[in-house]
Amino acid sequence: MLLAVSVSAAAETVHVAVASNFTGALRLLAQSFEKSGAHQVRISAASTGKLYAQIRHGAPYDLFLAADRARPERLEQEGLAVAGSRFTYALGRLVFWAPGREFEGAANVLLARPDVRRIAIANPRTAPYGLAARQTLEAIGLWQRLQGRLVRGENIGQTFQFIASGAAQMGFVALAQLPEESPRPGYRWLVQPEFYRPIRQQAVLLRRGADNAAAAAFLAYLRSGEARRLIAGQGYGLEDDE
Amino acid sequence: MTEDISALWVTLRLALVSTSILLLLGMPLAWWLVRTGSRLRTVVESLVALPLVLPPTVLGFYLLIALGPDGIIGGLTDHGLAFSFTGLVIGSVLYSLPFVVQPLQNAFSAVSPLILEAAGTLRASALDRFFSIVLPLSRPGLITAATLGFAHTVGEFGVVLMIGGNIPGKTQVLSIAIYDHVEALEYGRAHWLSGGLLLFSFLILFLVYRQNGRRE
Repeated sequence: MLLAVSVSAAAETVHVAVASNFTGALRLLAQSFEKSGAHQVRISAASTGKLYAQIRHGAPYDLFLAADRARPERLEQEGLAVAGSRFTYALGRLVFWAPGREFEGAANVLLARPDVRRIAIANPRTAPYGLAARQTLEAIGLWQRLQGRLVRGENIGQTFQFIASGAAQMGFVALAQLPEESPRPGYRWLVQPEFYRPIRQQAVLLRRGADNAAAAAFLAYLRSGEARRLIAGQGYGLEDDE
Repeated sequence: MTEDISALWVTLRLALVSTSILLLLGMPLAWWLVRTGSRLRTVVESLVALPLVLPPTVLGFYLLIALGPDGIIGGLTDHGLAFSFTGLVIGSVLYSLPFVVQPLQNAFSAVSPLILEAAGTLRASALDRFFSIVLPLSRPGLITAATLGFAHTVGEFGVVLMIGGNIPGKTQVLSIAIYDHVEALEYGRAHWLSGGLLLFSFLILFLVYRQNGRRE
């Protein structure tokens, strides 16, 4: 990979398909990447499932930053991604958020309050953060009890919007959506990692980007110390063994 | 599979309820638009046509706020109307309004004022004239309005996605179920539902056009 970087002299553009939850972080990464070299980054954001379907049907992306491991793995098996290029670039962190001023106390107490009518989670069937929310609710023994009150956003962005607009009183979102520099009011609980299986957000080099110098350079940059600090600063965990 | 059937049921119920309300609201509204000399006419006409132009996400976004517990509509109820079947009905009625009002307006404006005047001289009341002259003469327009309203509600996606909350048996409609299947890579189930919806939509439009074609 380093070889590819040193060989590339001409400026190229890498077209990155990114899962919605990571868009903000990717913009920051792209900025600093573009500053340090000649290459350019173009970003297309959508849900992991939609991007997967687009890639299978020939979408012009060089690099795929998914919100899970399953979709990059499938692309690799289907021969649409470069074998061996797949790695975990970030670990998603789930947070419980109740913006109302009246909400105090532990999350399990809040969730069980009878006056809480609507609790938002991302759809567990399609969204990795939704699955993690479901596993958390199961772990604290509330999944069955809350069935009638759960509303499901199609992705974590919409789930956040449900809560931010007040239509749902509380719910589970990504930590990356609640940045520290612009604090949002209310109670939050950073869910302990024991409660859900790790949200491994994986990147993979797509076949179309196999010979793209910018793609190789950006992949290498994603593993760099600087990039990892930026990613951690945006509310993501990192895998140690990378 | 049971989830797909309950999605079908929710969809049909939503389309039936919405179409009934749309006809009840649309008839007086369309009649007023045809007969009035008021300056407000153009304003109301533009408002009715707005859903044709606006992306459903805009309507859905405003509806989510308005139907929430603190919104202008949701605030009138105890817990708000977002994520409820009632909320979906409100959204569908707004979103399908032009599809019902415009065909009715065309049909009503084709009714000759001379016939109505003649009936008036025979002392038929305004209501009587509407029900025994205007409605029978506008039958094709009425059928078109009802079918388009129904079909458009069945095919609705963006607004429901924004305000529904995807609750099986309550707010999960067919289009959302299909979307879920595609996202979850269950293309087989997506094909079944999509194919069914395609066939259904074609049949409805075919029947309407055949009906209207016969009359000309």
